[in-house]
Amino acid sequence: MAGAEFETPELSEHIEVPELVEGTMEHITCFVAKPEHQTDLGFPGEKVENWKEVAIDKMGDLLSRYRSFQVFMDACVKCGSCTDKCHYFLGTQDPKNMPVGRQDLLRKVYRRYFTFAGKYFPKLVGAVDLSEEIIDDWYSYFHQCSQCRRCSVFCPYGIDTAEISMAAREILDSIGVGQKYCNEIIGKVHKIGNNLGLPGPAILDTLEGLEEDVYEEDEVAVKYPLDVKGADILLVTPSADFFAEPHVDGLIGYGKVFHEAGVSWTLSTKASEAGNFGMFIGSYENMRRVSLRIREAALELGVKRIVFGECGHAWRIAYSFLNTLAGPFDFLDPDYPVPQHICEFTLNEIEKGTLEFDKSENDDMSITFHDSCNVARASRMGDTPGGQFEIPRKVIKAVVNNYHDMEWDTIHERTFCCGGGGGLLTDDLMEVRVKGAKPRMSAFKNVMEEKGVTHLAAICAICKSQFTKVLPYYGMDMFQVVSVHQLVSNAIVLNRKTPPEEAPGYGEDDDD
Amino acid sequence: MAIEANGKTFETDEEGYLTNLGEWEPAVAEVMAAEDDLELTSEHWEIINFLREYYEEYQIAPAVRVLTKAVGKKLGKEKGNSKYLYALFPYGPGKQACRFAGLPKPTGCI
Repeated sequence: MAGAEFETPELSEHIEVPELVEGTMEHITCFVAKPEHQTDLGFPGEKVENWKEVAIDKMGDLLSRYRSFQVFMDACVKCGSCTDKCHYFLGTQDPKNMPVGRQDLLRKVYRRYFTFAGKYFPKLVGAVDLSEEIIDDWYSYFHQCSQCRRCSVFCPYGIDTAEISMAAREILDSIGVGQKYCNEIIGKVHKIGNNLGLPGPAILDTLEGLEEDVYEEDEVAVKYPLDVKGADILLVTPSADFFAEPHVDGLIGYGKVFHEAGVSWTLSTKASEAGNFGMFIGSYENMRRVSLRIREAALELGVKRIVFGECGHAWRIAYSFLNTLAGPFDFLDPDYPVPQHICEFTLNEIEKGTLEFDKSENDDMSITFHDSCNVARASRMGDTPGGQFEIPRKVIKAVVNNYHDMEWDTIHERTFCCGGGGGLLTDDLMEVRVKGAKPRMSAFKNVMEEKGVTHLAAICAICKSQFTKVLPYYGMDMFQVVSVHQLVSNAIVLNRKTPPEEAPGYGEDDDD
Repeated sequence: MAIEANGKTFETDEEGYLTNLGEWEPAVAEVMAAEDDLELTSEHWEIINFLREYYEEYQIAPAVRVLTKAVGKKLGKEKGNSKYLYALFPYGPGKQACRFAGLPKPTGCI
């Protein structure tokens, strides 16, 4: 079903700061979570009667729990550095999509109830009473923030709008006004184990299919094991890797790398999701519940290492929070990072000389790399600063002949969000997604025109799905998005031959 | 929300997916397709029927690759790819075809 009509912005050669037009996006809303989606997560099913009191109490609770939130509410000096840094502002011209504008939606209420000046002289400090209209504004504009943290790179005080958005969403959840997309998905993880709601048998069927496909192409029995006890490595990857394209081509690549590296590995039905939307809604409790599945799976399977597949926000949580949420991981092998990113794993093998590539297999493409926000600005990779930028690029350059970066101010820590992160990857927010993709689409189009780039490689399931959807709005092709390990998969030479009895379906009667 | 098909009313959710999967009948798919300006051909029906069979067994829509492979086996290799599926269902085989088939909407990072 098509959403409301809207105009796709025109791409320009340079990213221009647009004129302000108030209210261009105030009509935006997204489906509200149903009562069962709410209660599954421990939130009230419907908007509570004393919502005002509950919301203010919740804000107070968050201020006392998160020192950062308190500082972010107090520290802004309205210097203006952030104003032109948000892709949603650049694509929509709406001043409430300027990071400071978005923050102020919460800050003005904070001032009214939590500061001396705001309590007694509200007008002097722009403090306002919490009202229905403000709740509506919060619901709209805090679902127009992908929590990408680009603004925080430019803020002299390091104010992080992502955390403010998370707090706002948690306040909304606490009064019973949650977002359907995120909350339904988190409920599925609690119940079934992954965002898609793929039950074990469906995952198994999909993985068996992959084994057949790889065997058919290469006559090597690369395995895609599920729930194998005693395997060395537990691979935790977004469930989109089982389901969607080009994600699954990346999963095929991980399997080939593990095969050539000669390591034993397994996927898990219990931990069949790397993603953790608990972060998007700011709910520590839900984020923790989702993370604990990984710990339980690792213990049950008796693995020695945990490796994460291509998922942006999962890597932020894995790298930055996993030990606090679900640690200690003292039962894992201390010789390896806990956890390790698949790109790190692959680059290690490349540097050890275990893997052989035929780069010409990717000669039909010229690649650029999209730094995913949560990897670029909220984590690291490997042993050196900037590893999260260099490691994926080194992997790509090891497997392709044609590579060019996009403009310097649109990559690395200045990367532009794909437009669909932070819980916005839903059809009811298509207008926000398309408009917010404008800066990234401009940079991609420029590198296509100037350097002959044809494909955009990413290491995030959300980025891949978002680009697949929005590229056609900008006159480009949905199939221009690739997984980094898809490129690895194309080029890798499978030297470890397997005996015929390991072939998929060996010894079974063909019942077709 | 609701749609009318075959003289009956079928309740749908806010995204146009059938609320009660058990109520589905072919006329539902025809009406939903007409609303999307599509006319269902035997090629569309091959996909819709496969989706329903798969859902029956696994309680979830098939992964895109599972679907393209099944289509390739049945209708020939040249049709076993997403381009073919997107040509049939422009909003995507996962989302549009699932809706026509009466399946719930696939959720997640897709």
